[in-house]
Amino acid sequence: MEQVPLLHVLILSTTIFFLGMYGFFARRNMLMILMSIELILNSVNINFLAFNHYLYPHQLEGLFFSMFIITVAAGEVAVAIAIIINLYRRFNTVDIEDTNTMKY
Amino acid sequence: MNLETLSLLRFEWVIIGIIFVLLVMKLADADAKVKPMLTAINVILLANFLLGLVPMSDGSLFNNFFRSTSLIVLQKNILNLGVLLISLTAYRYLSNIKNQIEYYILMLTSLLGMFVMISSGHVLMLYLGLEMSTIPVAALVNYNRKQRNSSEAGLKLIFSSAFSTGVLLFGISMLYGAVGSLDFTTIACNLEVNALTLMAFAFILGGFAFKMSVVPFHLWTADVYEGAPVSITSFLSVISKGSVIFVFMSALYSLFGHMEEAWLYIVSILAIITMTVGNLFTLRQQNIKRLLAFSSITQVGFVLVGIAGASAMANSSVIYFVLIYVLSNVAAFGVIGAISDTNGNETLSAYKGLYKSNPYLALILSLSLFSLAGVPPTAGFFGKLFLLTSGMGNALYVVLAFASINLVISLYNYLRVVKTMFMDEAEIELGKVETNFPLNIALIVCATGLIIIGFIPAIYNYISSLSYGI
Repeated sequence: MEQVPLLHVLILSTTIFFLGMYGFFARRNMLMILMSIELILNSVNINFLAFNHYLYPHQLEGLFFSMFIITVAAGEVAVAIAIIINLYRRFNTVDIEDTNTMKY
Repeated sequence: MNLETLSLLRFEWVIIGIIFVLLVMKLADADAKVKPMLTAINVILLANFLLGLVPMSDGSLFNNFFRSTSLIVLQKNILNLGVLLISLTAYRYLSNIKNQIEYYILMLTSLLGMFVMISSGHVLMLYLGLEMSTIPVAALVNYNRKQRNSSEAGLKLIFSSAFSTGVLLFGISMLYGAVGSLDFTTIACNLEVNALTLMAFAFILGGFAFKMSVVPFHLWTADVYEGAPVSITSFLSVISKGSVIFVFMSALYSLFGHMEEAWLYIVSILAIITMTVGNLFTLRQQNIKRLLAFSSITQVGFVLVGIAGASAMANSSVIYFVLIYVLSNVAAFGVIGAISDTNGNETLSAYKGLYKSNPYLALILSLSLFSLAGVPPTAGFFGKLFLLTSGMGNALYVVLAFASINLVISLYNYLRVVKTMFMDEAEIELGKVETNFPLNIALIVCATGLIIIGFIPAIYNYISSLSYGI
């Protein structure tokens, strides 16, 4: 069976990374922004796994790093969601532009 | 588990112990006896700080994932001192709110994360420590849950820190692709300068710059500082920033030491922009917390000048400066917290005529502001002097020219506050601000430190004897 070349995987992960970055800056809904951050982190996971599989198949460092990333991302999202819920109680909206009271 | 493990990890053990006891107390619902608990935590933190002054052997643990040297112990001790002082200044705020236990659990977890991050010998530990130190702070920033500002600040902090972690991790994954291992020593030996590693470095620099609030990445800083409770603001501006500065410096010197010519110009340019923009934004601030937020951005710019020196002297001057910065910022925020607890006002106009109503607080605040501005004979002068001298060692004359111009502008910024306190007439009479015993101790320790540290050469000599360059 023919393998997908490393370059293609890297193109995929970079595309996902910048899609996440675009979403982070362009979206107005906080949950969508959170999803964009997840996209960024998942592109990093793809990168780690691809490098591990193609370049250094005799070790497991990249694999374990990506497992830690998934775990920590879950904790991060839990705190972020808690803050968003609290913010929703104060402002009655999850639109990022309506919750901007402090400026300059 | 042997004695070496115990002694190398002693800071961590103490912090873990406190967190564990607090968790059990929370489960047992022992909220009633607040004051003895606060005192006990402060005493343990003090004991931890004093324990750190005892010299200790170097070593590494867990297959070089965790390492400890005298320099690392010193850095941890500075952070420990800072947390102790902040905890003392927060005494009054904590007596008036409900959930003190969670406050300490979150703050000490964050401190534990910083210790792990500083001692890391592997990028995985660095990442875990970084996350452990930022996520609890986001919850702390949101501590006044009933206030809109506080929620907004917490949201901004968690989003920007998650984003910056993503950027940092993308850089780390490229570094892994280029080197094949994430152990610090292996990376330092095998790193070659090519397109992939330069790209990796750019992403990693971006991630760290976010955490340190270097200028193109500083937009979250002022809002988060304004919305957070005062003691958390001082925690963010002193402890979080100081720990990331330490880690950034050691990453630059030991990981990317080979790429010095590549990062020297980037760091210099970032230093110039950071100092200038930070100062210019400070000019127009009317809220004292925002003013200190932008001033902390400016101070990071000066630190970058020192880091760009890339020598053993640069290393020691940055650590020395962070020590002084801890003392001056904690004193300033201690006074601000006392006033904000009294009348809830954080605008600059609340400080009019402070000298007439509260001469003691006004003197402490002006001393710390003089130290931040770098006026002799306060310790801040010596800190800035060493930073700029180490920049001079690398012949960065343009950066130094900008730094000296910025020193003048920042003097205006700080003197504006001093003038408000001493010369303006109060619009609303403030009355006597009550200071309790812990706050007084913290303020007096900070003030004494600011006056005498510059005149004790032993401190700088000790730091300098531990430092390393590229």
